[in-house]
Amino acid sequence: MRSLILRTVAPLIVGLMVLFSIFVLLRGHNEPGGGFIGGLIAVAALSIYGIAFGVETVRRAIVFHPLAIAGAGLLLSTLSGLLSMVFHVPFMTGLWVYPVILGEEVPLSSVMTFDIGVYLVVVGAVTSVALSLEERGED
Amino acid sequence: MDVAGLTFLALLLPFLGAIVAPLLTRILGHKAAWVLALVPVAIFLHFAGFSAELARGEVVTGGYVWVPSFNVSFSWLIDGLSLTFILLISGIGALIVLYSGGYLKGHPHQGRFFSFLLMFMGSMLGLVASDSFLMLFVFWELTSITSFLLIGFDHQREAARRAALQALVVTGGGGLFLLAGLIILWNISGITQFSLLSAFGPQVKASPFYLAALVLVLGGAFTKSAQFPFHFWLPNAMEAPTPVSAYLHSATMVKAGVYLLMRLYPVLGGTPAWQVILPVFGAATLVIGALLAVRQTDLKLMLAYTTVSSLGLLVLLTGFGVPYAIEAAALYLVAHSLFKGALFMIAGIIDHETGMRDVTRLGGLRSAMPLTFAIAMAAAISMGGLPPFFGFLAKEEVYTALSAFDMRSITFAALAVAGNALMFAVAFAVALKPFIGKRIETPQAPHEAPVLLWLGPAVLALAGLAAAFLSGPVHSLISSPMASAIAGEARTVSISLEPHLGVPLILSALTVAVGVGFYLWLTRLRAVIAAVIAAIGWGPDRGFDQAMRGLVRLSATVTRRLQNGRLDTYMTATFALLAIVLIAAPFLYGELARAPVFPQDIPLHELAIMAIAAIGLVAVVLAKDRLTAIVSLGIQGFSVAVIFLIYGAPDLAFTQFMIETLAVVILALVMTRLRLSPSDHRPFRETLPDAAIAAACGLGATLFLLKVTEGPFNTALSDFFNQYSKTIAHGANVVNVIIVDFRGTDTLGEIAVVMIAALAILSLVRLRAGSLRHIADNDPDAEEASR
Amino acid sequence: MEPVFALLTGIFLTIAIYLLLSKSIIRMLLGVAILGNAVNLLIFTSGRIMREVPPVIGPGLDVPAGPVANPLPQALILTAIVISFSFFAFLLVLSWRAYSTLGTDNTDEMRVAEPEDATLPPLGY
Repeated sequence: MRSLILRTVAPLIVGLMVLFSIFVLLRGHNEPGGGFIGGLIAVAALSIYGIAFGVETVRRAIVFHPLAIAGAGLLLSTLSGLLSMVFHVPFMTGLWVYPVILGEEVPLSSVMTFDIGVYLVVVGAVTSVALSLEERGED
Repeated sequence: MDVAGLTFLALLLPFLGAIVAPLLTRILGHKAAWVLALVPVAIFLHFAGFSAELARGEVVTGGYVWVPSFNVSFSWLIDGLSLTFILLISGIGALIVLYSGGYLKGHPHQGRFFSFLLMFMGSMLGLVASDSFLMLFVFWELTSITSFLLIGFDHQREAARRAALQALVVTGGGGLFLLAGLIILWNISGITQFSLLSAFGPQVKASPFYLAALVLVLGGAFTKSAQFPFHFWLPNAMEAPTPVSAYLHSATMVKAGVYLLMRLYPVLGGTPAWQVILPVFGAATLVIGALLAVRQTDLKLMLAYTTVSSLGLLVLLTGFGVPYAIEAAALYLVAHSLFKGALFMIAGIIDHETGMRDVTRLGGLRSAMPLTFAIAMAAAISMGGLPPFFGFLAKEEVYTALSAFDMRSITFAALAVAGNALMFAVAFAVALKPFIGKRIETPQAPHEAPVLLWLGPAVLALAGLAAAFLSGPVHSLISSPMASAIAGEARTVSISLEPHLGVPLILSALTVAVGVGFYLWLTRLRAVIAAVIAAIGWGPDRGFDQAMRGLVRLSATVTRRLQNGRLDTYMTATFALLAIVLIAAPFLYGELARAPVFPQDIPLHELAIMAIAAIGLVAVVLAKDRLTAIVSLGIQGFSVAVIFLIYGAPDLAFTQFMIETLAVVILALVMTRLRLSPSDHRPFRETLPDAAIAAACGLGATLFLLKVTEGPFNTALSDFFNQYSKTIAHGANVVNVIIVDFRGTDTLGEIAVVMIAALAILSLVRLRAGSLRHIADNDPDAEEASR
Repeated sequence: MEPVFALLTGIFLTIAIYLLLSKSIIRMLLGVAILGNAVNLLIFTSGRIMREVPPVIGPGLDVPAGPVANPLPQALILTAIVISFSFFAFLLVLSWRAYSTLGTDNTDEMRVAEPEDATLPPLGY
């Protein structure tokens, strides 16, 4: 689909969508949202980008192989669970810290890194499927 | 380390040896035998240390708790019976390891052979040392498995594979009988240890389940000890390398069944059933085995059938139930292990040095192999029951037990004389005939065997001689404790080489006289038996083949019937069953839902969205082209998303929106390439049964849901999550908190599934078309070639 | 409200199973996609229906004010949606591959693993 309109608008839309997906991911703990939804929004963004500019462009844009991203996410989630081992509490126990950054108290937790891991797995796995199918469509 | 720890280590040692054996053999070659023989020697020395205690009439028990909840322990019982077996297993084991070093010298898999052999040794030791039922059963089956590995050692020959499988099926199947028998004994007595069981003898014999327990235990013992009509696997097991035949199939493993009978004698023995079944089967095995031995011309097969015969004699004696019978069984068991082990190794030496095992094509070897000849004669004299060897003492004791003047004793004495005379003839046919007479040319020029080969039989033959001369100490250390352990009461064995005139000696002389006659007329006798066997035609060995083929055919037929390869059949069966369960169960159990009360105040937009979902669904079914189908699928999906949104599930709604979008996109991507119409090409009549099943499932699900939602809802879990989501997990969105925190481990598993699915999809997409074509042709060779 | 949902779930399940029972892989794929929705609705309904109040705790509160929709089935369904999508995608690619390799979309003709003229297994040892 080499439509001029799409190609003009796509970068803007895609940028906004990726930004929005991260926003949905981070607010997920307190408002509707989370890693699964955020990840899917990012996938949709990348698919649109792929339709507008071709799969190769997307692959260059995300730098890493999508499955590598998924693998990293799975690793991050597992490590978030394993972190509890250091503190001698059961596997997957949520751990929270409240460092003060720039005068603001920022809540950070192993639960959040776990959700980021979920996000990465969904982005990586579904993107790799969508891209490989789109790729086949071109040839 | 204390004694219990050392005993545990000794029982474990063969398995440790089995682990290092291949490596050791790679480094040292066949000389590794000298190192590996230290394993059984150490075990022999450790357990020999108990003999003084046992001679005083004590028993040694020990062990560790294994599964306390099931009253299962890893515990051992060392009494006269198990000690004799342990000393035979480890003593002969050491000699066999050395012998294998010479016999398989230069074989590419000698290390593997040592490993199997030591594994067997450990299993056999564990079997006879076991105090607990379960432990005995586990080691019992382990001996079957290791025997399978050893018989099939030369696995490139079909005969070896068949023999291995046959031995496994017969002895392993018998093990299942044994397990059932032991479980019955456990149920009757509430005891799982042999050392405690003997006190329950009267209770067991009085139980209505006694006969069932007896028959099941005998099923295990008779298959393992090759009693007629289960004898056929033992001669076939001669496909194994000769060290295996000498060790497993004459000296140790085949005696496991006899061991079991002896071990259970105080509990099961002495009843009329016992005293009928055992002697009858024993005598039948004794005579038939000896006759079949005469029929053979292969050295190993002749010895194998005499082993069957000897096992029959042992079973006969164990079940005979007169004074001296148990003592005779104990003595004969030891004597047989010594001379038969030696004779097998002699047969192996002849085979190894001349390349010929057929007794009719061997002769005049005495000048080339004088030492082997001497050892062979010593063993054969013991087997023939002639003085001054231990076999003579055993034979005298056997005839002492059978020498009463009643019908039963006379009958069985006559059978024993016949069997023993035949065995006598075979013993000398194996040990004498190849060495005397005119020299016959053999495939290899014969020469004396190396030390590794003759050491084992020499030691065994000399042991037979020494045991006869030192009968006093041997009886007090070995025979008497063993007989006492079998009988469950103190027994003393006193027979010695001193002349003692009487009925036993007359029977002995008769045996020798008839035996010499058989030896001289052996060729004619062989022809007669061969003619009889040919006239019968069918035997259990062929029956085994027919049974195995029948099994394969039966399973092929059943598989083809149940798995006809049509996905349609499987799907229909699955969903028809689902429909039956969903509809029939509520009717049968009176759990039918009440007539539902539909709310009257449903807002119009909610009804509309449900109607749209239903329309989307119907449109999918009726779609004539790809675009309609995809769009209709999207419609029902988005309707579900809206329903989620309306009913308080925004997280679900958003996820569903995204998923439906992506599903439509990838469906479109793939379907544009499939160029297939999504509509059903089948005539209406054929789709009717499908529609009925589907409608039944849908109706069932509706009824089920109505019934479920009728009752009150248990909110315990939901209340918990609502209450602690903020206070403990610091999150306001309860759904998200459940996913990433409360049930985080589940989610971890789920994202792993997503990851794996992506990997699978990617590899499917990337598969080269060529490799798929080979799979489609179902041709493994082509796939191999394409690499 | 639950009786209406029970009826809706029944319709979803009927259509899904009807499509799964047809022998064409395309229709079976559509059936799989719908089956996912049917089961999700089943879980959703068993957790009882509550209109328009998502299980989110308001600012400054420690527990939800008043009754909210049941969060448990929602958490179950959320992951189920993603999993069933992965499953659907896998089946989609699998059937595409099967079609391009075997040249048929009829499951009755896909007999590579269990061929029609299967011979007896070897009777030797």
